[in-house]
Amino acid sequence: MDWLFLAEVSLAGIGAGGLYALTGLAFVLIYKATRVVNLAIGEILMLGGYVFFGFAAGLALPTWLAILLTLAVAGLFGGVVERLLIRPMLGESPISVFMLTIGLGSILVGVVELLWGANPLQLPDYMPNTPLFIGEAYVSAKVATAFAVAAVTVVAFLLLFRFWRGGVALRATAGDQAAAYSMGIDVPRVFSLAWVIACITAAASGMLVGAIGGISPTMGVFGLSVLVVVIVGGLDSVLGAMVAGLFIGLLEALTGAFLGGEFKMLATFTLLVAVLVVRPYGLFGTHEIERL
Amino acid sequence: MRIGAAKQTYAADEALFDTTVQRAWLIGLFALLAVFPFMAGPYWVYMACLVAINIASATGLNILTGYTGLVSLGQAAFMGVGAYTVAWLEVNVGTPLPLNLILGGVVAGLAGMVVGVPSLRVKGLYLAIATIAASVILHFVFSHWTAVTGGVSGLTMPPGSLFGLTLDEPHELYWVIVPVTVLMVFGAANLFRTRIGRAFIAIRDRDISAEVLGIRLLRFKLLSFALSSFYAGVAGGLWVYFFRVVTPESFPLVMSIFFLAAIIVGGMGSILGAILGAAFMTMVPEALKLVVGWMSPWVPDAVALLSPVRTIVFGGLIVLFLIFEPQGLAEVWRRVRRFFHLWPFKT
Repeated sequence: MDWLFLAEVSLAGIGAGGLYALTGLAFVLIYKATRVVNLAIGEILMLGGYVFFGFAAGLALPTWLAILLTLAVAGLFGGVVERLLIRPMLGESPISVFMLTIGLGSILVGVVELLWGANPLQLPDYMPNTPLFIGEAYVSAKVATAFAVAAVTVVAFLLLFRFWRGGVALRATAGDQAAAYSMGIDVPRVFSLAWVIACITAAASGMLVGAIGGISPTMGVFGLSVLVVVIVGGLDSVLGAMVAGLFIGLLEALTGAFLGGEFKMLATFTLLVAVLVVRPYGLFGTHEIERL
Repeated sequence: MRIGAAKQTYAADEALFDTTVQRAWLIGLFALLAVFPFMAGPYWVYMACLVAINIASATGLNILTGYTGLVSLGQAAFMGVGAYTVAWLEVNVGTPLPLNLILGGVVAGLAGMVVGVPSLRVKGLYLAIATIAASVILHFVFSHWTAVTGGVSGLTMPPGSLFGLTLDEPHELYWVIVPVTVLMVFGAANLFRTRIGRAFIAIRDRDISAEVLGIRLLRFKLLSFALSSFYAGVAGGLWVYFFRVVTPESFPLVMSIFFLAAIIVGGMGSILGAILGAAFMTMVPEALKLVVGWMSPWVPDAVALLSPVRTIVFGGLIVLFLIFEPQGLAEVWRRVRRFFHLWPFKT
C-alpha cells in the first residue's frame, strides 16, 4: 500500500468535500427555513459558474468585480425565484414544491445551453496554481484554495446564525413558524432571506467548482452528490451537512482512485440507501414524530 | 345538455362509465383507435405507439404516486428492467411475445418490491431520493453485468413475432402496443373500485390513519410498488419491441422525471390525467420540432436551438402547471365537459 498516494487522494477528497459541505449548507438553509427541498441547487451552482464566466471572460471585468457581481446576481435570482415560484406554493404538498424545483432546474439548464452552448468551458484562472505540499503529499493549489474559502464561508455562516439578528430570525422560523410570526418576526421576509443567502452560497461554490473542473450545462449532477450529502447528514442539520460533506468527498475520492470512476456514484448512493434504512432522518437530522 | 344520471344501486354508482352517452363515446374512441393505422401516415402511427407506451408507464407511476402517495423517481429504471428482461428472453430463450411481456413486468415488479422495502421507514422526499438511489444502482447493473445486459453496448434483438407474423414496422406493432396499453389502463381504472385500490387511496390520504383502520402498510405499499413497476416493466418490454435495442443510456433519470412530470401535468390521482399527461408531454417536443422547422428559413441554425428550448419548455410546463393548474389537464378536461353539459343555461 502506497501511503503517500492514499494521503494525496484523501486530501483531494477532503478538498472536494469542503465544496460539498458548502453547497449542502445552501440546501440545508432553504430546507430549514422554508421546508422546501430544493433539487435545483446543482443548477443554481451551475448558473453561478456561468454568470461568473460571463462577467470575467465575456465582459473581461477584473476578477474581484466579477465575483461580487456574480454574488449579487445570484442573490437577486434567489429573491426573484422565492417571490415568483416558491411563495405561491406555500401550503401545497411538499411533493409539488419539490417537482417545481426540478422544473426550475430544467429551465436553468436550457437557458444556460441557449446562452453559452452545450460544450464545457474553462473559467479564467483566478486562483493560485503553484503546487502545494503538506508534508510530502501534493495538493492541487486550486483545491486547497477552494477548501479554505469554503471553510471560511461555513464558519462565517455559523457566526451569522449565532449573532446576527437575521440569523436568529432564521433559526426561530426554522424552529416554529407560528411562534416566530407571533413574536413579530416577518416570516415571509425570512423566507426570501433564506433563498437569497442560499443562492449566493450556491453561486460561490459554483465559481469554486468551475475553477477546478471547468463549467458545463451538465454540472448540475454535482447537485446529486450534494443531495446524498444532505440526506446522509440529515436534511435540517448544518453540522450534518459539514460532516457528511467531508465524508462523501473522501468516499468518492477513495472509490474513484481504488475502484474506478464509475464506482463513485454507486458507492455514494449505496451509502445513502444504507443510511436511509438505518437512520431514515439522517445522521444528525431531527427525528420528526408524527401525530394524527 | 345533461341534467344528471339517477343511480339506484351501489353497483351503478360505482360503474366506470355510468351513462349511455359515455359508453357511446368510448365505442367511438375504440373505433377511432382501430381505423387510425389505416388512415394516418407512418409518422403518426409511430408517434401513436410511443404515446401508448408512455401512457402505460405513466399509468403505472400514477398508481404509485398519484393514488398511493409514494413519490418515485425510478420509473424509467424499472422500464429498463422490463426492457432488458424482454430483450434477453427474446435473444437467448426465444419465448413467445405475450409471455415475454408478462415476464418483463414480473421481473420489474420484483425489482420494484425490493426498492419499495425502505418505503415503510422513509416517506415523502426521503423516499423519492431512495428511488433515485435505486435508479443509479440499476443503471450501474445495466452497464456492468456484461454477461446478461451486454454492458455499455447493450442488447440488440430481432423483431418480435406473434401468431407467425413478424412485427418490425410501427403499423404492425401498433396492434400489440395499443391493445396492451388499453388493457392496462382499464386494469388500473378498475383497481380503484376494489378493496386493494381503496387501501392505496387510504394510505395516500394519511398512512397512519390507514394503519389504524387495519390496512397493513408494508403489504400494500409493497404491492403498490410491485404493481407500478409491473406496469413499467411491460411498458419497457413494449418499448424494446418498438426500438429493438436497449443500452444503459436508454432509460436515464431524466426519463423518470418525465413520467413524474407527465402525471403532474395530466393530474395526479386520475386515470384520465395519466393518459392526457403522457400524450401531451410526448407530443410537445414533436410540436416544438415542427415550430423549429417552420422557423428555420428566418432564424439561423434553428435546429441547434431545439434541444435547449425543449429543456426550457419541459421545465416551464412543470412549473406553470404546478402554479396555475395543480389539478392538471384532467381538471381542464372536466371544466370543458361541465361547460358543455350546462350549455346554454350557464356559460
